[in-house]
Amino acid sequence: MQYGPAAFNTAKVILMLRFLLKRLGLAALVALTVSLISFSLLFLAGDPAVALAGEAATEEDIEAIRTQYGFDRPIPVQYVAWLTGAFTGDFGNSYYFNTPVIDLISDRLPTTMQLGLAGITFALLLAVPLGVIAAIRPNSLIDRFALFISVVGQAMPTFWFSLILIVIFAVNMGWVPVSGSGTWQHFILPTIVLGYFATPGIMRLTRAGMLEVLRADYIRTARAKGLNPAKVLFKHALRNAAIPVVGLAAVQLGFMLGGSIVIESIFALNGAGLLAFESINRNDFPVVQALILLFSLIYVLLTLLADLLNAWLDPRIRVA
Amino acid sequence: MEPLLSVKNLRVEIPVGTGMLKPVRGISFDLQKGETLCIVGESGCGKSLTSLALMGLLPKVARRSGDHLRFAGQDLLGLKERQMAKLRGQDMSMIFQEPMTSLNPAYTIGDQLTEGMIRHQRVSRAEARDRAAFLLEKVGITAAASRLTQYPHQLSGGLRQRVMIAMSLMCGPDLIIADEPTTALDVTIQAKILRMMKNLQAEFGMAMIFITHDLGVVARIADKIAVMYAGAFVETGTAQQIFDAPTHPYTKGLLSCIPVPGKTERGARLGAVPGVVPSLINGVEGCGFASRCPMRQAACGSEPDLTDRGAEHSCRCVHDTDTLRNMEWEAA
Ligand SMILES: Nc1ncnc2c1ncn2[C@@H]1O[C@H](COP(=O)(O)OP(=O)(O)O)[C@@H](O)[C@H]1O
Ligand SMILES: [Mg+2]
Repeated sequence: MQYGPAAFNTAKVILMLRFLLKRLGLAALVALTVSLISFSLLFLAGDPAVALAGEAATEEDIEAIRTQYGFDRPIPVQYVAWLTGAFTGDFGNSYYFNTPVIDLISDRLPTTMQLGLAGITFALLLAVPLGVIAAIRPNSLIDRFALFISVVGQAMPTFWFSLILIVIFAVNMGWVPVSGSGTWQHFILPTIVLGYFATPGIMRLTRAGMLEVLRADYIRTARAKGLNPAKVLFKHALRNAAIPVVGLAAVQLGFMLGGSIVIESIFALNGAGLLAFESINRNDFPVVQALILLFSLIYVLLTLLADLLNAWLDPRIRVA
Repeated sequence: MEPLLSVKNLRVEIPVGTGMLKPVRGISFDLQKGETLCIVGESGCGKSLTSLALMGLLPKVARRSGDHLRFAGQDLLGLKERQMAKLRGQDMSMIFQEPMTSLNPAYTIGDQLTEGMIRHQRVSRAEARDRAAFLLEKVGITAAASRLTQYPHQLSGGLRQRVMIAMSLMCGPDLIIADEPTTALDVTIQAKILRMMKNLQAEFGMAMIFITHDLGVVARIADKIAVMYAGAFVETGTAQQIFDAPTHPYTKGLLSCIPVPGKTERGARLGAVPGVVPSLINGVEGCGFASRCPMRQAACGSEPDLTDRGAEHSCRCVHDTDTLRNMEWEAA
């Protein structure tokens, strides 16, 4: 017979490959643009040599710094040099620590990554089931509870929520450490805080999506076949409702990886967010440039991942 | 002989802001094995809700009640959802009006065709796929095997409706309910699909409830016809009785809307019975058709019962049979 699972898979794989190549090309373009922008930031802030030399510097000092750091070369040359370095992971040395930027970042990034991944996982585990249940039973107790959680989640400041958790679970109960990043227990409270703030959006989108999908004609068709309710819900409804959620979760994770500065400082987690914040204050341009490029690349990568996931969820996207 | 399906006094009610909507108000009929009943009526008269009520697929807000709803020996009114789900797809299946939206965009045709059979009959995927390909060919889809790997968006409306028909046949049900299966399709395809359904029914021997707003469509497939108006049957009979001896003024009105080759002048105004349907909120006062009826009189202020007008023929009207049969339809 013509139609085995084999034929089925080849057609699917070819479609997916074409789609993947298209999206990869697009992502590469975006990444290049982003690199240009993050490089230009250095010059947007004024003359980097002046900024580096400090207030008391003389004209000669500034000139010396300019040649030392290569700011006297034409800007396109500097850009190409920087970009070539970036490709090999060489972002120069930190002005402040005088150590390779890449070492600083590879030291800090894992913490941020772990926190971000844990945060989004926590958010999804909390938000998706709540959103689904809220959609199946609108106006029920669970629906109201979900609404309560999302209102509180949006209203409460991060630091306030963090402090409450620290006081209750770290100080009073003593279940988890107060701060630091030594063990996995150190990540529990920051994960909850970070994840909690992504919860309302994901939950409401899941709920709205499920409500809409459950009204769809194809859900009635699925029920008319006599499928059991769980199959109707998870196979036929959730997959379609999940499509917008994937995009949102990717954006949220992007924010988490780039912007958990407050949480990193409250819990004394030495992450990349904190490093970015400090480096900006210290005029440590190479570190700032590298981090911006990195955060943007992560963002581009996440968007790509979300696109691919959606293409897998929704075959209509694959041909686009 | 015990009928396959016996419906007695089926009602559907939906609470709405200003009271209780009563879109199905006490419907009764029997359907024998292999027989085709056509339910005909204007849009909004409660045809879809009737079919959904039979399948146990009403929207959550709607309430179903009745004296009995016996299918193959058991009363569906008393069944739990889980027991009902065992029958659906397996013993009774349904074809919907909207082929464009009735298939899940995320799964292949093959997946959607086979999943019901795999659940009900515990067959292997390969067996179910063989059956699906066989049925796709039966419903006139060429290259059936390769269609199984396609997604709904790759198929036209006509093809999707053929897929829906094949899907309804997967488990070899005893009863198929088709709710305006050709309404969304263009006329040339309509005729083909209708003929195909008639052939399939002859081949597989299932009973069918065929729902339509177009009396012209039913002549070719109906054994029995029920004319529905404002949530209730106003006339029921064999196809021959309805076409040769229409009794209720509404039936005559509907018949006057069908173009007759050679008889209807070109360009003659055809279309709908003029007038509007009464509100179904909190039931209907008197005869619901009175305001549109050329024969209305004072007695129409109270709703008449469905009374016998010959063997298997019944009509809901205060007038006697002879008066009704002799009346020529002209819009009120
Ligand atoms: N979910 C619902 N909520 C409220 N009213 C409904 C609902 N579904 C159908 N109705 C109403 O019930 C009546 C009958 O609908 P329906 O059975 O779909 O008619 P038909 O199929 O004959 O066109 C219509 O007036 C329609 O507006
Ligand atoms: Mg309808």
